[in-house]
Amino acid sequence: MTERSTHTRQSVDWWLIGAYLALVIIGWLNIYAATHSSEPGSLISWSSRAGKQFVWILTSLGLAGLILYILPSRLWESTCIPFYVMVLGLLVLVIFVSSDVKGSHSWFNLGPVRFQPAEISKISTSLLLSYVMSQQNFRMTRWKDFWTVVLIIAVPMLVIVGESETGSALVYAGFIFVLYREGLSGWWLGAIGLIIMLFVGTLKWSSYWSVMFMTAMLLLCNAFMGPVRSRNKRLLYGGVFLLVMGTFPFVLRHFCEQVQAHMDFLSTRVWVPAADETYNYAWSFLLKVNPLWVLLGAGALALPLLAWKAWNGRDRFLAISLGVWTAGVALVFSTDYIFQNVLQPHQRSRIEVLLGLREDPAGVGYNVMQSKIAIGSGGLFGKGYLQGTQTTFGFVPEQATDFIFCTVGEEWGFFGCLLVIGLYTFLIARLVLDAESCRGKFTRIYGYCVAACVFMHLFINVGMTIGLMPVIGIPLPLLSYGGSSLWAFTILIFIFLSLYRNEKKYF
Amino acid sequence: MSRDRRHIRLLIGLGAAVLLLLGTLFSIQIPDNSYKQDADRNSTVYETIYPTRGAIFDRNGAVLVGNKVAYDILVIPRDVRAFDTLALATALDITPEFIRSKLAEYERKRTSIGFQAVTMLRMLPAETYMRFDEVKYKFPGFRGQVRGMREYPVNAGGNLLGYVSEVDQRYMEQHPGEYRSGDYAGMTGIEAAREKDLRGEKGYHIYLRNARNQIEQPYKDGTMDKEAVPGKNIVTTIDAQLQQYGQELMAGKVGSVVAIEPSTGEILALVSAPGIDVDQLADIGKHYNEIVKNPYKPMYNRAVQASYPPGSVFKLVNALIGLEEGVLRPETRYSCAHGYNYGAGHKLGCHGHRSPINMEESIMMSCNAYYCYVLKNIVDNRKYNSPAEGLDHWNEYVKSFGFGRKLGSDFPAELSGSIPSARTYNRAYGRGRWNSTTVISLSIGQGEILATPMHLANLCATIANRGHYYIPHIIKASEGVEIDPRFYEPQYTMVDTTHFPKVVKGMWLAVNAPAGSGGTARIAHVDSLDICGKTGTAQNPRGADNSVFICFAPMDNPKIALAAYVENGGFGASYAAPIASLMAEKYLKGKTSRPQLEERMMQANLLDRVKHD
Repeated sequence: MTERSTHTRQSVDWWLIGAYLALVIIGWLNIYAATHSSEPGSLISWSSRAGKQFVWILTSLGLAGLILYILPSRLWESTCIPFYVMVLGLLVLVIFVSSDVKGSHSWFNLGPVRFQPAEISKISTSLLLSYVMSQQNFRMTRWKDFWTVVLIIAVPMLVIVGESETGSALVYAGFIFVLYREGLSGWWLGAIGLIIMLFVGTLKWSSYWSVMFMTAMLLLCNAFMGPVRSRNKRLLYGGVFLLVMGTFPFVLRHFCEQVQAHMDFLSTRVWVPAADETYNYAWSFLLKVNPLWVLLGAGALALPLLAWKAWNGRDRFLAISLGVWTAGVALVFSTDYIFQNVLQPHQRSRIEVLLGLREDPAGVGYNVMQSKIAIGSGGLFGKGYLQGTQTTFGFVPEQATDFIFCTVGEEWGFFGCLLVIGLYTFLIARLVLDAESCRGKFTRIYGYCVAACVFMHLFINVGMTIGLMPVIGIPLPLLSYGGSSLWAFTILIFIFLSLYRNEKKYF
Repeated sequence: MSRDRRHIRLLIGLGAAVLLLLGTLFSIQIPDNSYKQDADRNSTVYETIYPTRGAIFDRNGAVLVGNKVAYDILVIPRDVRAFDTLALATALDITPEFIRSKLAEYERKRTSIGFQAVTMLRMLPAETYMRFDEVKYKFPGFRGQVRGMREYPVNAGGNLLGYVSEVDQRYMEQHPGEYRSGDYAGMTGIEAAREKDLRGEKGYHIYLRNARNQIEQPYKDGTMDKEAVPGKNIVTTIDAQLQQYGQELMAGKVGSVVAIEPSTGEILALVSAPGIDVDQLADIGKHYNEIVKNPYKPMYNRAVQASYPPGSVFKLVNALIGLEEGVLRPETRYSCAHGYNYGAGHKLGCHGHRSPINMEESIMMSCNAYYCYVLKNIVDNRKYNSPAEGLDHWNEYVKSFGFGRKLGSDFPAELSGSIPSARTYNRAYGRGRWNSTTVISLSIGQGEILATPMHLANLCATIANRGHYYIPHIIKASEGVEIDPRFYEPQYTMVDTTHFPKVVKGMWLAVNAPAGSGGTARIAHVDSLDICGKTGTAQNPRGADNSVFICFAPMDNPKIALAAYVENGGFGASYAAPIASLMAEKYLKGKTSRPQLEERMMQANLLDRVKHD
């Protein structure tokens, strides 16, 4: 940049601020729509939630101005360590002093105002993460650095799980995208994706199909990542293996039916000739065959063979694939255990409902069903502002907070959803591109952290209302009712804007 | 370097995730019509099925609390058509103004009510509902819903049983997720203590309704419905007849009687007077204000919540501690010249009786001076360095009898009373600035000692068992209902069991000594029952003394231990002793042999003596 800009107007990203304001105002209008029938009052009266949100918005704008124009942007980098420690202290403290709000211990009660330290923790974690990762000698690929970063993310995450706010903790998983940008191997993302696929596949379909799916993925990767000269051979072997094992369960079932039918037929006769008995005995073992064992048996036979090959050919990729395959099989077998014993009953039932394993129209399923009905009934253009029946008559739970997106979907229709999600996408993409254009590592990493937080909230929250994700109670950034959340996202975003503006100013 | 393209990959990932969201949104909003149809008929309607609340039985299987059918009247304001207000009012036994005001209210709240049903009347008796049921077809939008209502076949133990009422906002917040408005829950007594067993589980039926808000059919043929699970029945340890008899005897008095079966710790009767009549319990909402305004506080369960000085009854405890500490032997004799002189010209007075006397006689005649010596010897024991240390040991002994702490019964709202320790007096007088004469009134159960009638009954049971007690409790284990295993464990005091028979002899003499020998509780004597007892007359700063008596019977293998406490009743022998004795006789023999005494007790009205705020 040759020309040093002296006007802040040019260096502040007004597009980002525009998207922020648009979302906040859409949120405010929808909170009014969701609550106007049960809490009569105007948009700006303190007695209704819309009125309270108005106050939160005004204070948030004040905060934004403070961060952007008054506080020095260097403040954040220099105070991030004590800030992180202090917020961690609050996170632990709240477990002991908080009142119980729907089973979670994460709220401080300060008279009329309640506040959730988990919201601020996103900011402090992002700042510390940026600080540590922007050090000169930091290398993502060095184990010591890697574990430092994991620790910074995992500690607040675990404390928040301890507050029974599993949803808020899940947001931290989004930091993996930041790590990826800063040099974490893409295979980590792949591994996490694989774990999720295996877990869901095992629960929804069967262990067999999970193992098959994993085998197919690994064979494909190996075919393309391995030495080019043997690619066709690998593809051929892999294809044959998949074809045989894929059709095997169907063939087996067919034979089993035959055997069963024959045995049923035999059992209807009074006298059974010896020959038939032998036949009967000879084939009935088929009924006991579990295709999964055959698949694993084949795997166990192939494993040492392939391991030998990997060793001989110095094929590191193949060796790792074999390790991943074994670990994957172990995961498939422990899925049931994890599902039954590690997860809390309410989490279990939410996942069961999501995967369609269980219908629960009176409990967990009720929320999702009502939420989908509300959004689904919106159609292309929606029913019109304040005209929604589902959200206003109280069929949808938590309609002003976690399920605020239902009001958008019902009253503004698909176009409204397109607008809102488009605004979010614009916001996130703009954050990423702004971050990318920065020279300072600190600002860049921080920008990615902000984008990751907004993305995780958006995906989990909207995913929940349309049945893509289990019911996890986290707010939709800037839209949902609530001061804590709005303030936290305002601070999160405006710290970036402040850093970004100074970036432009001084370079 | 590939890292340079990583932000592009991440943006592509973002695009994919957003497309997934938009694709799903598109599929449920545009091509799929089922959600719109569901929304049109507002999908499902839940009808709550309320469970029958568990019944409460006495120890012999008599029903103490049962259920009768009552009805709530529900209205769906959107379905109401023009109707004859007067006819409906007549059918429901209410005024037309009430209906009009309710309908006006619904009209105001119409947006928030929507298609839902609201409750207009609660707990309508079955007879009234039948009248409405015949003409129901004339009033579209109105319907009845079955609810259980409490019914009390015998008038036994209003305070004990407790009442059931509709949950309020605070109660729902205290029990998150368990109740909804319109639910009922036990608020006091057994109803509250065993709420979890009694309430059962609500069920529901799910129906589909159409665009005109009419119920069409059961959702999925009723396969998703849940039937209500009735509440569990509770068997109490109460003897209904004894309880009722105790209440009759305590009529017109303020105080309490507690009866315990010593061999089990089961509470046979728990009378608190004045109490709540069971007729008022059934419809507590109507009578609540009247009960709360009653100056004698009938809601207050004196048996476990009133802390009183125990009076001379407490001499038994001091005697036992003296024996265990080795500062008193049964044959120790002290003389009494109408009291005990201490300090400069102070005297703790006593009534006239022969002197000197030994320990048994001291219990029989309730000599004050004797126990002044006993307490002085306990506190000033050479074993200990200071009176403070002696008093702290005394405190430990007393607490081992259950005094000064909650006994841990299964009855809610039990109070702990209080037993002073060296700290109490250090705070009042300063460390080292008090001695055994300062605390001398503890010898006769006055001063800083406070105990509930339940504590006294427990003391009596402990002596009846010759040294141990079972934690008093009111629920018996029965099918599906378990009780805490600690109720089955004997609790030993710090006094050796060999000392108890010596005290029992004194208690036997107090009741059964021949006339003229000075036994203080001769009025409690019943032929062939071998009642053992101890009177007490506790000072009451607000008027006449309180009358106290504990007794158990028979002497060997006791079946019942009682404590009676009558506020402003005068001497122990005036009211408490006859009442406890009559109850013991009633329980053991099934009838009483002293109709005149019984008549006198039932008729006596001491309410004028009781000062209230």
